[in-house]
Amino acid sequence: MSNKQYQFKLVLLGESAVGKSSLVLRFVKDQFDDYRESTIGAAFLTQTVTLEDQTTVKFEIWDTAGQERYKSLAPMYYRNANCAVVVYDITQTASLEKARTWIRELQRQADPSIVIALCGNKLDLAARRQVSQEEAKKYADEEGLMWMETSAKTGEGVAEVFTAIAKKLPLTALPSRAGAGRTAAGARAGVDLNKQAANHGQNEPCNC
Amino acid sequence: MDEEYDVIVLGTGLTECILSGLLSVEGKKVLHMDRNDYYGADSASLNLTQLYRKFRPNQAPPTELGRDRDYAVDLVPKFIIASGELTRILVHTDVTRYLEFKQIAGSFVYRDGKISKVPSTEMEAVKSPLMGLFEKRRAKKFFEFLQNWRDDDSTTHQGINLDKDTMKQVYEKFGLEPGTQDFIGHAMALYLDDDYINQSARPSYDRIILYTSSMARYGKSPYIYPLYGLGELPQSFARLSAIYGGTYMLDKPIDEIVTDNDGKFVGVTSGGETVKAKQVIGDPSYFLPQDGSGKVRVLEEGKVVRAICILKHPIPGTDDSDSVQIIIPQNQVGRRNDIYIAMVSSTHNVCAKDIYIAIVSTIVETDKPELEIAPGLNLLGPIYDKFVTISPLYTPTSSGQADNIFITRSYDATSHFETVVEDVQDVWKRVVGKDLVLKKREVEVQE
Repeated sequence: MSNKQYQFKLVLLGESAVGKSSLVLRFVKDQFDDYRESTIGAAFLTQTVTLEDQTTVKFEIWDTAGQERYKSLAPMYYRNANCAVVVYDITQTASLEKARTWIRELQRQADPSIVIALCGNKLDLAARRQVSQEEAKKYADEEGLMWMETSAKTGEGVAEVFTAIAKKLPLTALPSRAGAGRTAAGARAGVDLNKQAANHGQNEPCNC
Repeated sequence: MDEEYDVIVLGTGLTECILSGLLSVEGKKVLHMDRNDYYGADSASLNLTQLYRKFRPNQAPPTELGRDRDYAVDLVPKFIIASGELTRILVHTDVTRYLEFKQIAGSFVYRDGKISKVPSTEMEAVKSPLMGLFEKRRAKKFFEFLQNWRDDDSTTHQGINLDKDTMKQVYEKFGLEPGTQDFIGHAMALYLDDDYINQSARPSYDRIILYTSSMARYGKSPYIYPLYGLGELPQSFARLSAIYGGTYMLDKPIDEIVTDNDGKFVGVTSGGETVKAKQVIGDPSYFLPQDGSGKVRVLEEGKVVRAICILKHPIPGTDDSDSVQIIIPQNQVGRRNDIYIAMVSSTHNVCAKDIYIAIVSTIVETDKPELEIAPGLNLLGPIYDKFVTISPLYTPTSSGQADNIFITRSYDATSHFETVVEDVQDVWKRVVGKDLVLKKREVEVQE
């Protein structure tokens, strides 16, 4: 009955090298690359999650494209984000500190209704763990965030993060307006430049 | 910072961000820095806190203006002309995926003390008070002539040579009145002064066709505008650059442009560290005489005065339009240069509801610039707050090929971004040595 489709903008945040892109690569393509360089070329991925009631939730996933490195993430990045995954590395205490900074930034810049998941990555390296589950969970509870641990390398917990977010997003109403509505063809209230592009090639100044 | 780059770009204005994005896509290793802690440089859109910090360092924004985050106030009044070159770059680089656009609701022109809409449909043209009945017929013939013109078909030329004849001769052939000439030259061809009249008619023809085809595209006006302000444009190209490996550093004051004994570019010093690169591109503000080199790298060509006005009502006489351009042709107010008004509002997500942001601007002709824009300010009705800037228009003194220092131009007084794109093309050619050819970016969205 309810084969409803929803689309949401999801932004990734976290210190460089905590595995933000790997997490998305695992989620979207079910791949992992040990020697992955910093993100180049593909910073706009989409993936769909189907919930038990057959509702589908499509994530439009924005990667930082490295712009987090020198406090240079543009306001555009946060704009109309419905949800965020803030990633830290469980083997690096400092990365949780950085995650806290990003969460403060989200609370300041993003829409107040944004759903935030704090995600401890590199669970496959649990032997070198520096951030305890208790510590991270306590912080997440205090801030009202979802929390889980993942391994982009083994895939453990990855799909669960996105499914949990999909379940928590308010599906009662269509996402307000948003980056989400943006890609749905014809759905936007404004003008579509790409549509016009078709005419543009034909030397149209003289076709008037 | 001890890596070496192909290109360092200074300033995150639109010109620099387009260049940075295109260079990164081309595979160049780009480091892009800005002294400010926000994107956009002179083409930024500021929130209230940033706006007041810039213009009134000692005053907090009035609480009655609403939430800080609802504001994106442009520093430069420009719109995107729908069929223009910027639109082409936006589409070809696919940065449109980060942006949403809306139309500007109308374009108006000032004549004999009041403003009238530039007709956007046949119906509006028939009803327009801008011309009398007989003049409308003459104008119709003039526009038909332009629309039907084919370079390779002399039967469409009616004895006119667009490349040799002046615009004055073309106007005279169709017997157009001075008021109509003002309207065509300033409200449609968007010339800022009357120098074009005695020059070849070809550029005027191109501009009028650009205007009419842009108008035909979406219907209300020839302009479109990005939601959340013009500052979204540099941000979207910066993202393009970052996606292709460009490194971004904001809040980085530049201490020195380092050159070798021959004056050739070596690197840029910031915070005591020097980063090396083969080439540097930057906006003029990074190359003023006090850049430490003692070289004169930019010249001032003139000044623009701009008054950012916060209104609590739409501009009177515009049918309560949520966004407009108003052109006051120079002849109408005894000036050499036109006065422009550009207004946007909450429809474009640039301010709180029931607030309107108008920018009045012109090229400075006297030593009392603020008085010069009075005819524009007078059209606005009560002004809640006003921020006036007088900005020098800088142009580089050299092509940069000798010293690998490539400087862009300041944002001029035109109402759109066509000259910005010309500058991008010009700098690209100087930096890369080839014409800029836009390739359609491969779509990387995974469905």
